[in-house]
Amino acid sequence: MSKKVAFLQGNEACALGALYAGCRFFAGYPITPSTEVAEVMAKELPKVGGAFIQMEDEIAAMAAVIGASLTGIKSLTATSGPGFSLKQENLGYACITEVPCVIINVMRGGPSTGMPTGPSQSDVMQAKWGTHGDHPAICLVPASVQELFTETVRAFNLAEKYRTPVTVMPDEIVGHMRERIVFPEPGELPVINRTAPSVSPQSYQPYDTSFGDIPPLAAFGSGYRFHVTGLNKAQDGFPTTRADIVQAEEERQVRKIENAVDDIVTYEEYLLDDAEVVVIAFGSIARSARYAVNAARKNGIKAGLFRIITYWPFPDRQIRALAERAKAVIVPEMNLGMTVHEVRRCVEGRVPVSGIFRVDGEPISPNEIFARIQEVR
Amino acid sequence: MGFDYEKYIRPGKLPHIWCPGCGHGIVMKGLIRAIDALSLDKDKTAIVSGIGCASRLPGYMDFCTLHTTHGRGVAFATGIKMARPEMNVLCVGGDGDGVAIGGNHFIHACRRNIDMTYLIMNNNIYGMTGGQFSPTTPFGAKASTTPYGNPDPPFDIAKLAIGAGATFVARGTAFHAAQIEKLLIEAIRHKGFSVVEILDSCPTTYGRRNKFKSVVEMMNQLKESAVPVAAAEKMSPEQLEGKVLTGVLYKENKPEYVAEYGKLVTRVQESMAG
Amino acid sequence: MSCSRYEIRFSGAGGQGLILAGIIMGEAAAIFEGKQAVQSQSYGPEARGGASKSEVIISDEPIDFPKATSVDALLALTQQACDKYSKDLKEGGILLVDSDLVKKLPKGNFTVVRFPIINTAKNEVGRTIVANIVALGAMVALSGIVSRESALKAVLSRVPEAFVELNRKAFETGYNRALEARG
Repeated sequence: MSKKVAFLQGNEACALGALYAGCRFFAGYPITPSTEVAEVMAKELPKVGGAFIQMEDEIAAMAAVIGASLTGIKSLTATSGPGFSLKQENLGYACITEVPCVIINVMRGGPSTGMPTGPSQSDVMQAKWGTHGDHPAICLVPASVQELFTETVRAFNLAEKYRTPVTVMPDEIVGHMRERIVFPEPGELPVINRTAPSVSPQSYQPYDTSFGDIPPLAAFGSGYRFHVTGLNKAQDGFPTTRADIVQAEEERQVRKIENAVDDIVTYEEYLLDDAEVVVIAFGSIARSARYAVNAARKNGIKAGLFRIITYWPFPDRQIRALAERAKAVIVPEMNLGMTVHEVRRCVEGRVPVSGIFRVDGEPISPNEIFARIQEVR
Repeated sequence: MGFDYEKYIRPGKLPHIWCPGCGHGIVMKGLIRAIDALSLDKDKTAIVSGIGCASRLPGYMDFCTLHTTHGRGVAFATGIKMARPEMNVLCVGGDGDGVAIGGNHFIHACRRNIDMTYLIMNNNIYGMTGGQFSPTTPFGAKASTTPYGNPDPPFDIAKLAIGAGATFVARGTAFHAAQIEKLLIEAIRHKGFSVVEILDSCPTTYGRRNKFKSVVEMMNQLKESAVPVAAAEKMSPEQLEGKVLTGVLYKENKPEYVAEYGKLVTRVQESMAG
Repeated sequence: MSCSRYEIRFSGAGGQGLILAGIIMGEAAAIFEGKQAVQSQSYGPEARGGASKSEVIISDEPIDFPKATSVDALLALTQQACDKYSKDLKEGGILLVDSDLVKKLPKGNFTVVRFPIINTAKNEVGRTIVANIVALGAMVALSGIVSRESALKAVLSRVPEAFVELNRKAFETGYNRALEARG
């Protein structure tokens, strides 16, 4: 039997990916250019017995998502720039309380209201450092409609597996363009569900590290009564100011992601084996870059593309390895230089790194990247 | 035999953080008695709070408890109730938490008429941070951030709740301990968004700045200013000057949000089935 | 730079249904012909009144850059849209305009096809609202990038039963009028 095929917008595919992953709760607030995610969820969730709620603001939407997830329901919210700023407060809460949830941030221009309908890639640092305090971050940056579906599924899997919020951040172009999508059959993509506690309610502790760095999370209403707080807490979930416990818990929360980079970090290598000029890009700009790399190859230039799919944790090791053999690295991005700093940190001066930056609401064209490849070869 | 509060208190979590003379402990006892009277299942009851002295209450209670971010308790609680309509959801907090930073969440929860009870302990001050004025601090009162007297007019939380669409609104005081239990029983039973405001006192950060000589004097003020709604009907406007009404201030039956959403789900699924 | 990449731009005023025309063109290619297609559009104030555009790129190979760079076929339903969006129409490309509304044509070596698209919808098909489908039929005929059958299937899969005949007529009329006009 042939698979179901559709011609869909990225945001629509994102919502359908969430449903495929088992998401049954959505709380959101309308904001361009992410609103279609909410619109599809509003339509589809009742059909599968889930719940959709439009909250009074972005802060409340993030709060409701965490509340719903604590009852064991996979939960989603979607937003864009200004809304992502507002969500940071409770995103931090989800980090410290270790409540799985997925946040879609369709990136538009900024700061502030910026360019609501223009594409941007300038929220990538906010995805890691936007909420205060030390905390882990997982952020995925898909580049196509199909990938927005599959990465949303993966985001739920990572959220559940690592007990942490995960952000999926298509730029506006990826969120709004329509492409052919082939729907995976049920069971074709892995779907990870939350690990239930194996101990009795009486001996359950929500941060019991005898189960490792990722202790199982019980669901409210399932017979397990426990306390959840945004204060620094001990293994039993209650607030503490004991220095050794606070230090150990903070370190564990960051370590649980750092130790899993091999499982989490994904990327695509294109024509890199003999590449002298390496373009590092993500989202829609990786598509421009691929076009430019192909053009360069036709002109006899050994160019290749490293496409970031998992932005956080950053693919440090892979980019460090590229620096060993490349003569030049180019980082085109729709911001005034964010990824380029991460790349420079990784390559540690071993290879010249230059950026192509645009924040005018226009994508970086293949020609701009091709011209730079010719310059630096 | 006395009432067994410990049945509902987490072992080892007391003493609480509240100062001597604070009324929050009285309110917590009233809440426990109401929960006991209604035989709420501890496993199916969530108690949610924001930030502040009053918001520390859930930590002591042996239920599914969630101590969230400042002002956001009601929004977190909304997520719990939508995801698990069978759970009893109670939200607690103070005046600053509920109607300043959380004011937007508060009015919209009232408007939705989502089935939960919101218990607000109103002590007219930000106690935990040392006594800054809140949206319910009386005009002219002293606080650490109104050293020359409060230039802001205060909110009437109950009126705000009624205006925003809450379908059950009641007010009591920390002095009238028995009434707290009764009001909470009725509020929790009510199908819809119920607000119970308990006028409370903060001797530590409010009383000492505003010439209250003792905790007893603050309690007496609560006692003397409270007028039950039934008694108020027989009083003249002059007699009611400076008084606050207590008891059930407003009650109506209106479609409840989660139930309505459930009907919507049924309707959609039936139309899919043909 | 892939030789099979074909870029189509539908432009006109907001509210003329051009986004839908672009989506249907994309569906014809992606669903009914198994090709690669990417559709994108202008959003925001631009899309409310004013000049608006919807672009479709069709290819046999994966499409990298999702926006038009060198347009093969351009539809302009208003003078404003024609002025604004014809700059990157490529040499030898197709320019389809509504002959009642677009009087001033851009300079260049284009295959210009003119017929009164909106009037055809109103008077020959019977409803102004299907002008976008008339235009779509015309673009399918002129570009030849998707088959007449696939495009019609894509149109009909989008419309409620009561409007099937109206849309079929709109599509066929546009298809035929464009070929006549090209001569």
